[in-house]
Amino acid sequence: MSSLDTASSASPAARALRSRAHQKLWAFASLIVLVVGFSLASPNFLQMTNIIAILQATSVNGVLAIAATLVIITGGIDLSVGTLMTFTAVIAGVVLTYAGLPLPFGVVAALATGAFCGFCSGTAIAKLKIPPFIATLGMMLILKGLSLVISGTKPIYFNDTPSFPVIANGSLIGALVPGLPIPNGVLILFVVAAAASYILGRTVLGRYCFALGSNEESVRLSGVNTDRWKIAIYALSGGIVGIAGLLIASRLNSAQPALGQGYELEAIAAVVIGGTSLAGGRGTILGTLIGALIMAVLTNGLRILSVAQEWQTVVTGAIIILAVYADMARKRRA
Amino acid sequence: MFTRRTTLGALGALALTTTGSVAFAQDAMSVALISKGFQHQFWQAVKAGADQAAQELGVEVTFEGPDNETMVDRQIDMLSAALARNPDAIGFAALDSQAAIPLLRQAQDASIPIIAFDSGVDSDIPVSTAATDNLAAAALAADKMAELIGGEGQVAVVAHDQTSRTGIDRVDGFVNRMAEAHPNIEIVTVQYGGGDQLQSTELTKSILAGNPELDGIFGANEGSAIGVVNGVREMNAQNITVIGFDSGTQQKEAIRSGLMAGAITQNPVGIGYETVRAAVAAAKGETVEPVIDTGFYWYDATNMEEPEIAAVLYD
Repeated sequence: MSSLDTASSASPAARALRSRAHQKLWAFASLIVLVVGFSLASPNFLQMTNIIAILQATSVNGVLAIAATLVIITGGIDLSVGTLMTFTAVIAGVVLTYAGLPLPFGVVAALATGAFCGFCSGTAIAKLKIPPFIATLGMMLILKGLSLVISGTKPIYFNDTPSFPVIANGSLIGALVPGLPIPNGVLILFVVAAAASYILGRTVLGRYCFALGSNEESVRLSGVNTDRWKIAIYALSGGIVGIAGLLIASRLNSAQPALGQGYELEAIAAVVIGGTSLAGGRGTILGTLIGALIMAVLTNGLRILSVAQEWQTVVTGAIIILAVYADMARKRRA
Repeated sequence: MFTRRTTLGALGALALTTTGSVAFAQDAMSVALISKGFQHQFWQAVKAGADQAAQELGVEVTFEGPDNETMVDRQIDMLSAALARNPDAIGFAALDSQAAIPLLRQAQDASIPIIAFDSGVDSDIPVSTAATDNLAAAALAADKMAELIGGEGQVAVVAHDQTSRTGIDRVDGFVNRMAEAHPNIEIVTVQYGGGDQLQSTELTKSILAGNPELDGIFGANEGSAIGVVNGVREMNAQNITVIGFDSGTQQKEAIRSGLMAGAITQNPVGIGYETVRAAVAAAKGETVEPVIDTGFYWYDATNMEEPEIAAVLYD
């Protein structure tokens, strides 16, 4: 699908490499400009506690955006990431609080639930040929409803599992390097990003991810079982959403069953700002990470400057359009 | 090439942001209010009260809240950004008390006094709570309902949720008062519509269909009450006494037209005003009442134009 790939003539590899480097550089430059700008505008911005607050605000959306990136690169879309996140948190609550099992069971249950739901979406898309938008829209509503049903519409608290809040709020780095209390949630975000980046760049699964997004038909015609790979990518993405579910539940020390809808759009916004094409076949995890950081820095910075909330929303919307326009303009020149 | 474009774009965005902050004075005392919502008219009325107090007391007030009342984590992010600004005091209407406790401790450590508003925070950190006594307010609704339907019959409740403090207290206040003081009135059902008008409309229609003998319905917040009015209108049900809660254009209109018998109003302007007043007092080290009852009123077509009532009703 990507015009970039078909248009390249002389040395596609070099061009792709340069394009990818530019994309990262571009997003990174915007991030730096924002950080410098806010720092100049307010002395409260570049404080350790605020930097940590920004990173912490990025962690959940960042992990969701990484999950969404994998699916978007295949040329699909996943609207269920927000409510799936909530659903996995509720499942962790059921296992840890209702059933009273030890922490590892809750973690495994959340990840397995995420992967299973991703598997179901992937199967509906690959085998039943339901368009990804519709299949994951249905999944979004199913999971939203199930979260409310299972929890009885009440938050499930993790008070019986005192180690649970440590998942996101504890600080392994702070224990090793005193004075750098970066919460584990942020560490987990970066580990997930590194792992997803490795999978995309260095494994067969990653290669098929791009191939499906670029030209699914030709991949199929060359004898590859595309359905199987597609389902695997949705399942992997679902598993990563399970990590986000654990992070948000740990951070709030509760599974909030009504939360989640709307989070998919913020995740997709981070992916798009990061330069991943909604048409598929192109994208990077680093870009997505920077995209999520840009969103968090922007929201936090506007709040630090006490900008009226109505205008915060307007500015965020404008930045999304600006970011995508600039990226497209650059691609046209390339 | 593209870097220049980017830089210009980002600078443009920054220009937007800085213009918003020019008015932010350096010396004045600053109070950050983190509410449960923002777009809802009720919260805008709280904001109006806060702005009024800010002007009278000569302090800077910021007011923020998440898009809807499920976004617990977004509210936490807002609270931590407010803390980073290092205000003199913080007003906080917790969506989930437990989730906010680590940040409230952080505020306590930084000696920033916290005033809880709208609903309490389950913690001893807030120095004061400015809120409506929802149990008493809903009990008043029960008394009015009993009076209007003649002391006997069947009534139903459409409430917003069973998780928030206001949802629990208003249902309990209404149901308990009926049981204690009006034994001949039966509460046939309590249903929850999430405060969503459409959902509450559908709920009301099914309640009316299932209970042909029904005499009255209590809608426990603005969205629920409007839903009840819509449901009664769509089913063309006769002789149903509707009692609402809070105000807003639609509810006021329903009362004027007679579809709704009357409603309980809180004093949102007073909540915002008292919160800022208490926050400033606490920041100055003065003693503050631990509980500030911001009051509530019954209003109907006969008294809604009176200055005392009109002042607390919002559109």
